[in-house]
Parts: sequence; C-alpha cells; structure tokens
Amino acid sequence: MAGAVSSHWPIGHKSGVTTGSNSPNHHSTVPSLHALANPARFLKIARPLTPVLFWAGIVLIALGCWAGLTQTPPDYLQGETVRILYIHVPAAWLGMGGWSGIALSSIALLVWRHPLAAVAARAIALPGAVFAALCLVTGSIWGRPTWGTWWQWDGRLTSMLLLFFVYCAYIALARADADRGGDGRVPALFGLAGTVLLPIIRYSVVWWNTLHQGPSIGLTQSTINRAILWPLPIMLAGFSFLFAGIVLMRMRALLATAKAEARMRRMARV
Amino acid sequence: MNPWLFVAAAYAVTLGGAALLAVVSYLAMKRAER
Repeated sequence: MAGAVSSHWPIGHKSGVTTGSNSPNHHSTVPSLHALANPARFLKIARPLTPVLFWAGIVLIALGCWAGLTQTPPDYLQGETVRILYIHVPAAWLGMGGWSGIALSSIALLVWRHPLAAVAARAIALPGAVFAALCLVTGSIWGRPTWGTWWQWDGRLTSMLLLFFVYCAYIALARADADRGGDGRVPALFGLAGTVLLPIIRYSVVWWNTLHQGPSIGLTQSTINRAILWPLPIMLAGFSFLFAGIVLMRMRALLATAKAEARMRRMARV
Repeated sequence: MNPWLFVAAAYAVTLGGAALLAVVSYLAMKRAER
C-alpha cells in the first residue's frame, strides 16, 4: 500500500482547498464531480459511509444466503447446484462492474484531472480482480456437475479469464506509475482500453457457440423462474454494498498513505 | 456426485474470499490512518 498515490495529489495542505487547475471554479460544468474533488470533503463523507455500506452488505448477503440455500426449490434440470447462481452472478457483476468503475475514473482523470479519480481506480482494482477470480472459480465449481468439466476454453470463460489478467496488469501498472511519481495518465489509458473486454464478455454467449448458457437475466425480464430468481437481487445488492464499502476503505488507506508521505517530504525539506 | 458438496464449496470460496478481502482492506485502512 505504501507509495500508493502519486505525490501530485493536493492532499497535504492544511486548508483542504484545492488550487489551480483543480479548483472548483475550473470544473464549473461538472458540479457533482468537483464537489468531491477536495479529499478532505470526500473523507468527511467517506468516514461515516464506510461502516454503513459494509454492514448493509453483510446483512443483505446473510439474508440472501439464507433465502438462496433454504427458501427456493431445486431446479428441475440442475437440481440443488442451481443455488451457486446466487454467488456466481454477483461475482460476475462486480468483476465487470469494477472495470466499469475503473473506466469511469479514468475518464474523470483524463478529461477533468479529478484528483481522486486515480485513487478511486486504484482502490477498485484489487476488489475487482478478486471478484473476477471468484466468478471464474465458482463457475468452474458449477461447471463440474452441470457440464461434466471444470473448464472449457469457450468465449465466455476465456474472455472472463482475460479480464482477470487485465486487472492484474492494471494493478502492476498503476503501482509502478505511482512509485515513479507519475500523473496516472498511463494507467488511465490502459483502464479505458480494457473496456473493450466488457461487451465481448457480455455478448460472447451470443456470438459464439459455448457451453455457457445464453443471456438469461435482463434489465426488465428473465428466463429464470421467479421462484428461483427472487434471492438474486438481495445478493446483488449485498455484494454491491460490500464492494463499495471495501473500495472506500482502500481509498481512505491510499489517501492517508499519501498524506503521511507528503508530511515526511515537508519535514525532510525543513 | 453429491450436489451439496459443490454448493458448499462455491459458497465457502466466495464468502471466504470476500471476508479476506474485507479484513485486509480494513487493516490497511486502520494502519494508514493511525
């Protein structure tokens, strides 16, 4: 975690007011973004929000596990293994959603020079990679009794594995950029380039013949029976809250580390 | 092939992984903010 944030972030000053190109006036077209551009203001919101998101996530996940494991019927074809749905889908959702967060943060960094954008992207990367890995592992465990194999090099599985590797590359690149005092633009460009994987993952089951089932959950309708589907939104909300709480924890750690490093540099100059 | 073995394994991996991630992130935050 040390050296996690570039020394260019304006977070070591007493007033907590950003200056120069990061000033609120400079960002008058994006009021919602520049409202959080000041790390002190961000931390004032993040500190009480972190435990709320974390515990809301824990409660909803516990409720979803209870519902998914005891209150739904087995599938007529897959039997009890259909219950893996309730953890596999949230893991896939957050694996892909995490990269969407990195892409949005990258845009905020490249377009508006938002001082917290690189911190947010770095904070999202590890949880995103973990949930992409969990999606692959739970899918593999689900595949053994359902397809008769742990792994198949088909479009959906291979593209998700690629996303996991891209996460790993992003983590290494962002850390190297921060260590050499970079401004975060190179990882941001990589974060934008990686978004090409998201539609490939989404439509892989449409474009190619795969063992993986086709799209079964849409925004407005699903091919899964309601008697089986209903715990899934609870689990999606629970894991999303937990993910957000973890990202806030990691952002706070990165900001505190950068602040301590800035203080050390000031002391070394005196 | 007992299906509950696969269900239990999938839930254990996911909940264990998420818990480990949360604990590591919490400790890193506390250490940095101290």
